[in-house]
Amino acid sequence: MNIITIFLLTFLIVCAVAACLARNLLVTVIIFMGYSLVMAVVWLFLQSPDLAITEATVGAGVSSILFFLTLRRIRTIDTLADADAEREEEVS
Amino acid sequence: MASYRLFRRFANWVEGEEVYPIPEIEKNGSSVREHPITEDMARVRSSDEGVGTLLRRWMDSPQGVAAFRRVYTVTAALLCAAIVTLLLVTVSYLPRFGAPDNPANNEVPRRYIEQGLSETGAINVVAGMILDYRAFDTLGESNVLFAATVAVLILLRDDGEGKKKKRAIPELKQEPERERPDPILRASAAVVGPFALLYGVYVILNGHLSAGGGFSGGAILGAALMLLSAAFGQEKLERVFTARRCKALTFLALMCYALLKSWSFYTGANHLPSGIPLGTPGSILSGGLILPLNICVGLVVGCTMYSFYACFRSGGMRDGT
Repeated sequence: MNIITIFLLTFLIVCAVAACLARNLLVTVIIFMGYSLVMAVVWLFLQSPDLAITEATVGAGVSSILFFLTLRRIRTIDTLADADAEREEEVS
Repeated sequence: MASYRLFRRFANWVEGEEVYPIPEIEKNGSSVREHPITEDMARVRSSDEGVGTLLRRWMDSPQGVAAFRRVYTVTAALLCAAIVTLLLVTVSYLPRFGAPDNPANNEVPRRYIEQGLSETGAINVVAGMILDYRAFDTLGESNVLFAATVAVLILLRDDGEGKKKKRAIPELKQEPERERPDPILRASAAVVGPFALLYGVYVILNGHLSAGGGFSGGAILGAALMLLSAAFGQEKLERVFTARRCKALTFLALMCYALLKSWSFYTGANHLPSGIPLGTPGSILSGGLILPLNICVGLVVGCTMYSFYACFRSGGMRDGT
């Protein structure tokens, strides 16, 4: 249990709590992404590189992208069109 | 009789009718906000209404909402603390990580570690385990992925019928996808995309030699396809990847897996001679069936990931011809 592992595990706990407490869902997903990346490093330290690769791709990559797309579909993230419409309203 | 009423209520709910009449609730809500709470309570008592109505009115008042919020926060914090404590206590009973007398250290992993290389021909013991000793489990997992793909394609497919439905429900109407040439995304995807694809293929093909394998490699392939699709538009990828082809590829890969493994079971399994050479450990064509099985699993996973992305993104993949 060296100092890097302790640092990473602390980061994991902070990330987990922050993901629960964040108000913005987009922020939550991004925190979750960071959690997965650090988790991949932790898997590497636990000598399971197979899991590390999978965690980095699925946890940080694919699932986050699916979350982003879902948030956009349920209109939690402003789409480009919405942002444009707002800007036009401000101008006019 | 009560059960019949419950059933009627459920049937109404299924048919989309309101179980509780709306006007009554709206009347209550508006009256509560106009009158202060004491008057309201007095009025309720005098008109002999039930405790439930009283409680509901109190819940609708600002004091009630504030009290509910407080109780909710405190209960949530307490529940969270209780669950965390419970889990930590459970963890403290677990055997130490990596201790030699752990219950997991029995004859099964010993056999895998000692005989795995000579029996399966795979340097990566994990690949030897999941695609040789436990290949049947992996087939089940791949089938779960196939079922998930089919379910998502059924729910979110993009054909004429779906468009008609979308027109009927204005909330679900998809605005035309405005492809914005994002220069940063395009430039970085042009550099990273091909390498990511290549790395995915490498991880799949080298599954029996180094860390990784079908699942990780397939996920990398899927992620690379997503990146390319996000950068250059889904239409370009749809020239190659239509929903029909995705399904066909997944099905073929699963059939291939099942047939190869059936041959292995037909010849007796348990590493009896099956006519498939194990090859020299360390070379790319070694490990018997592990390499083709890895390719099959990789194709299934890659197709699943990409079709999820395509369906979630713009309301479905086109069926293609």
